[in-house]
Amino acid sequence: MSKPVLGAYRVVKTFGHVRALRHASFEAFPGEVTALVGDNGAGKSTLTKVLSGVYSPDEGEVRIDGNPVRLSDPHDAKARGIETVYQDLALAPDLDAAGNVFLGRELRRFGILHNHPEMRRRTATAFRDLGVGLVQDMRAPVAEFSGGQKQSVAIARAAMWATKVIVMDEPTAALGVIQTANVLELVERIRDKGIAVVFISHNLPQVLQVADRIEVLRLGARVARFRRGEADVDRLIAAISGAYANEANEESS
Amino acid sequence: MTQTKPTADTESQEPVTPSVPFVRALLRNPTMVTFAVLLAIIAAFSILAPDTFTQRSNFTQLAQNVAILTVVSVGTTFVIITAGVDLSIPSGIVLGEVFAVHALKLIGTGGDTTAADVTADQTKAWYILVALAGALLAGLIIGTINGLVVAYLKVPPLLATLGTLGAGLGAALILQNGVNTATYALDPLGHGSWIAAVPNLIPIALVVVVAGFILLHMAVFGRHTFAIGSNPEAARRAGINVERHLLKVYIIGGVSAGFAGFLSVAYFSTTSIGGHSTDNLQAITAVALGGTSLFGGVGSIIGTLIGVWIPAVLKNGFVITGVQPYWQDVAVGLVLIVAVWFDQLRRRTRNRG
Repeated sequence: MSKPVLGAYRVVKTFGHVRALRHASFEAFPGEVTALVGDNGAGKSTLTKVLSGVYSPDEGEVRIDGNPVRLSDPHDAKARGIETVYQDLALAPDLDAAGNVFLGRELRRFGILHNHPEMRRRTATAFRDLGVGLVQDMRAPVAEFSGGQKQSVAIARAAMWATKVIVMDEPTAALGVIQTANVLELVERIRDKGIAVVFISHNLPQVLQVADRIEVLRLGARVARFRRGEADVDRLIAAISGAYANEANEESS
Repeated sequence: MTQTKPTADTESQEPVTPSVPFVRALLRNPTMVTFAVLLAIIAAFSILAPDTFTQRSNFTQLAQNVAILTVVSVGTTFVIITAGVDLSIPSGIVLGEVFAVHALKLIGTGGDTTAADVTADQTKAWYILVALAGALLAGLIIGTINGLVVAYLKVPPLLATLGTLGAGLGAALILQNGVNTATYALDPLGHGSWIAAVPNLIPIALVVVVAGFILLHMAVFGRHTFAIGSNPEAARRAGINVERHLLKVYIIGGVSAGFAGFLSVAYFSTTSIGGHSTDNLQAITAVALGGTSLFGGVGSIIGTLIGVWIPAVLKNGFVITGVQPYWQDVAVGLVLIVAVWFDQLRRRTRNRG
């Protein structure tokens, strides 16, 4: 069995009096979609931000390829091959797809000029590889795209740069049925490239459909882990609500 | 091409902009609208006053008249694309003038109301460079203050630059004791023509336009400027230092105003501490006419160039055809409203996705 490419081990994160994470652990494996589920306030967001370098943990550690690392900020995480797709997508609506994909990492000519034709070419190639079809010409600002297309651009951008892990925060929350199906297909294609996908969602049927592993967070700690086929919606709900656990609660609180 | 499988392709075929290609193209590119307006105005006056309006000398005169406004408008384009605004342009220009003559005074070559000034043929190239350095320093100071206050203190640009507008003009009056200084040291630049009888201000403004075009449309710097105006949070998450970039943009605005002040003192052979008071509004008008969005993220240098010419051509045409030139203000005001309305329409249409 492969080793986890990204893991958080017994992570504690406190904000004032609020203990958002109480010895939470999490592991993501290359070529697999790991879903992170839990109720509101279970610590999903905080754990995600620890994994993507936004927060540094008070206790515990984050490991990449088994080596403990200290992620100083999101750019540090990016430099180590961990990309995050935020819920608000963080696209610049007036730039075209290539402009967004290469934002902050522009290909340059003569040091200061950008090489837009080459960026556009590489974006088109990457989109084709990922099966992101964009009929609209590559010059159109992404503001003209539909919600699903924007989501696809954001995910494809992460996929182009991620060498190890992509963290996706509720990637289908705002999408219609067909758009959701497209995005899930895209997630699977990225996984099949050997990238570890961390998939945060409230939609349990969707999680069961796409995830190879499911980790359940409750009150700031992991309470259950499932492989594909081990869980159904009822069991997930039981784990989320505290009626089921298959992992020892590491802290009595 | 047929689509059988429901991929991302099929959903994109929903029309997201109006289906009439012409309207769609117009909404996509507001610069084309203003360009058409400019061509229509030129065509109308060419018919109404074929002998005078279309003369080469008339266009040369026009180009010279708009040169200074063109320079500041290029800088303002950058500022407005970041969804900011720079009202302090007049203080940048006037302080540029004042610093230029004070720099001349420092090296003892006139620029003083009492001391004997050099004449045009006594001046030397390095006098001009000293005055230029002074003017650019003034612009740098104003721009840096604007940038620091807007980017780091998070004061809304409208008020931050309103503050430096008043403060800068006051400082200029203090430095000048309220009176203007004449100097002829910059005459070879302001009144000469190095290239084929074309007044110097025209090629100088052209160089600024080309530099602005390269920086905005071809350089990574410009790309980041658009991104910040479009979505500062996206720019920040992409690793762009948004604050530092905004500081640079306001410095560009300030330095372009300082440089305009240098050109102004060279052209008019005097400071004009009471003048330029509407240059900020003229520049903003030009930029907005040119299709640059006041909400940020969209704009072009070419559009600004067109936007500078529309009011100038109107005024010139009205004078030549004997219409009261004040109609220019009325016409420009109306065109401006239409241009900004188009911008709004374009945003509303495309943001449906």
